[in-house]
Amino acid sequence: MKSRPSRRSVLAGLLGSGTAASLPGAVWAQAAPRRGGTLIVAADSEPRNLNPAIVASNGVFYVASKVIEPLAEQTYEGNGLAPRLATAWHGSPDGRSVTFTLRPDVTWHDGRPFSSADVAFSALEVWKKLQNLGRVVFKDLEAVDTPDATTAVLRFAKPTPFQLIQNALPALTAVVPKHVYEGSDINANPANTRLIGTGPFRFVEHRPGQFYRLERNPNYWDSGKPYLDAIVYRVLPDPGAVAAAIEANQIQLAAFSSVPLADLARIGRVPGVAVVTKGYEGITYQLTVEINHRRKELADVRVRRAISHAIDRKFVVDTVFLGYAETATGPVPKFDKQFHTADVTTPGFDPRRAEALLDEAGYRRGGDGVRFKLRLLPAPFFEQTRQFGDYLRQALRAVGIDAEIVRNDTPGHLRAVYTDHAFDLTVGSPVYRNDPAISTTILYQGGLPPGVPFSNQYGYNDPQMNALIAKAAETVDAGERSRIYRDFQKLAGEQQPIIHVAEFTFISVTRDRLRNVANNPRWATSNWADAWLAS
Amino acid sequence: MSRAWTVARRRLLHSIPVLAIVVLGMFALLEAASGDAVDAYLAVSGGDAGLVAQLRQEWGLDRSFLARLGAYLAALGRFDLGWSVAFSRPVIAVVFERAPNTLLMMGAAICFSFFAGTLLGVAAGVRPGSVRDRILSALALILYATPSFWLGLMLLVSFAVKLSWFPLGGIENIGMPETGIARVIDIAHHLVLPVLSLGLIYLALYLRLMRSGMVEAWRSDYIRTARAKGLAPNRIAFRHAARNALLPVVTMLGLQAGALLSGSVVVESVFAIPGMGRLAFEAVTQRDVPLLLGVFLVSTIMVIVANFCVDLLYAQLDPRVAVED
Repeated sequence: MKSRPSRRSVLAGLLGSGTAASLPGAVWAQAAPRRGGTLIVAADSEPRNLNPAIVASNGVFYVASKVIEPLAEQTYEGNGLAPRLATAWHGSPDGRSVTFTLRPDVTWHDGRPFSSADVAFSALEVWKKLQNLGRVVFKDLEAVDTPDATTAVLRFAKPTPFQLIQNALPALTAVVPKHVYEGSDINANPANTRLIGTGPFRFVEHRPGQFYRLERNPNYWDSGKPYLDAIVYRVLPDPGAVAAAIEANQIQLAAFSSVPLADLARIGRVPGVAVVTKGYEGITYQLTVEINHRRKELADVRVRRAISHAIDRKFVVDTVFLGYAETATGPVPKFDKQFHTADVTTPGFDPRRAEALLDEAGYRRGGDGVRFKLRLLPAPFFEQTRQFGDYLRQALRAVGIDAEIVRNDTPGHLRAVYTDHAFDLTVGSPVYRNDPAISTTILYQGGLPPGVPFSNQYGYNDPQMNALIAKAAETVDAGERSRIYRDFQKLAGEQQPIIHVAEFTFISVTRDRLRNVANNPRWATSNWADAWLAS
Repeated sequence: MSRAWTVARRRLLHSIPVLAIVVLGMFALLEAASGDAVDAYLAVSGGDAGLVAQLRQEWGLDRSFLARLGAYLAALGRFDLGWSVAFSRPVIAVVFERAPNTLLMMGAAICFSFFAGTLLGVAAGVRPGSVRDRILSALALILYATPSFWLGLMLLVSFAVKLSWFPLGGIENIGMPETGIARVIDIAHHLVLPVLSLGLIYLALYLRLMRSGMVEAWRSDYIRTARAKGLAPNRIAFRHAARNALLPVVTMLGLQAGALLSGSVVVESVFAIPGMGRLAFEAVTQRDVPLLLGVFLVSTIMVIVANFCVDLLYAQLDPRVAVED
């Protein structure tokens, strides 16, 4: 694999043990892979619906991506996509169709042949109608033509950017077998928990509260792979126990930062253990301050910019994330070279400027030094979202805003923010999914009904912003579309409807016996066909 | 024995209002919590307005509080515990899958702590103020003050990570599941550390109760009488002092036996044991009302049964106490 000298891999070297063992995949990939062995990994959640075609989420992909494959997967190389069930794809210039050439001689785990009919069924009946993300991206999908068994042509009622479809391939296009789902209630089909796919591993058993067991698919289309005989996901809900298990070599991988950040320096020094900071770039999370624009103070752009000036992003990265993150300036992470622009006017740390702006907006400090009071709801999703909430309260206090912290558990938080709008500021952690149109612009688009989680429930409704989003949605030309999204970032930087603070991905802790770790940007949620265990 | 049966039947009738209060209370409490099962579900995946409305309707959450309560009670009348939305399975299946693990772990922990704690309590109380008493009392205090998650993690680090004597967690070997007697041994092996981390903390409780009971007994007239009769000191300690000191300990046992099925969220999490404590916790975080009620109903029935058994045991220990009708 290609080694990318990024800040992340440098971090890995510094924060790991400092020996060769702590360097990610690059060093190990040279040796010849060994067949056999059972890989045991930690899992902390057991999704009730494990079908990645319906629930496109990282918790589901972690297990399901080994069994059910997408049309293409993200890669560090070339144009960023590696073929899986599709071998080639191209879009028509008018944006009305996308043609996929499918891989021949692929069989489902139950022995039936895979064909274009499965892709057509998955696209029309599952991605478009049922999938959390597909319902947005494939909303204009009208028909899928299948002229032969290895060709599927997606036809759209309205021009749909080919660039968007390409960027959506890794996460949104898991293909499920038509013969298993056709004619049934797809949401209630037993195959949603006992998966049947084409992937390198077959689903064997799930014992709730204990483990998932996947076994090698001997008929996998990429002959010779996978190298592992089996993968066992041990359900380990306690982070301390996960760290102990990897130390005792009872598991070989703890992905998704299941070992707490504070433990990494210690565990990186254990012989045989490596701390890997790569392999999650394609699932970057963003630490944000979401703002309720219904509050008259917060509807004023000067106040929002003042809040942004009050936040020391570098301090947040160093203290809350212990350095395992990067500062952010806007809605597109730096990793995404297609769309990211650094040319934005996002206010940097400058408390004095913040105070001046607040004075200018007419909110002077009162006798007690307080300008106004706010309710701050830190999302309970990550330890870091809660800790940043505590930091934000202090940072705001320094510029004369008194924020009272209100804590909720997950369902309570979702209800308060996205349905009841009972908040002034909240700390959020949206995921960036490699194209702003998948789950990012929805945070900025005005006029959405209440009760939709992870969407603009902030009362922000700006005609200029709405126009940009609408224009990008129908722009087929990739270069033009990227330009519009750079304008979108500039406008977001100016208006600060949501304040971006940091970008963070996850950390994996592995035994160094496990090879080919982190060799693509969605590694933990990819198929692991080439992962192997050294003796 | 037939008398015990009559009492049992009567107790069962009396327990119906208790169960009703549990159901109503839980229903109302979860209703008061912000957010419902759909909110909890959407935290994982997100979804648009259409999906949100569709899920609420499918899961019956678009109906009023009273309609849902009525439907639940009607189903309960048919001994149907309902459907768990968090697990997409019937509640009864989810609960009974977890119950044996918890029963095994809690049962072993309570037995261990009861027997070991009582014996050590006698040892400490035989001669109050002696060096042995002081050491045991101090030890009990330290154990009692130890948080169970910390004790669990320390046992884990020492005996599973460093010494590799015991497996790290889980209820049985997941790589190669055993069968027959080998499986029993395997499960017992897995349960040693969790049982110890629960049992050592409970042990302290029994030790202290037993010790103070003994101290009390030494000052009683009947002990002085026994001494005056010239009975051997050991006989006085065990037959006279200890037997009377046992009563509060048995009361405690009854209270703890009620917890047999409620499990321990902390210890189950640290040792990755799929038990009722974790299940109840998941039910709350997922706002899964039928599941949480299922867990509580089963636990409540356990408490009622345990209390009844303790009353019978009381009558055996102290003939002055009869089983009340």
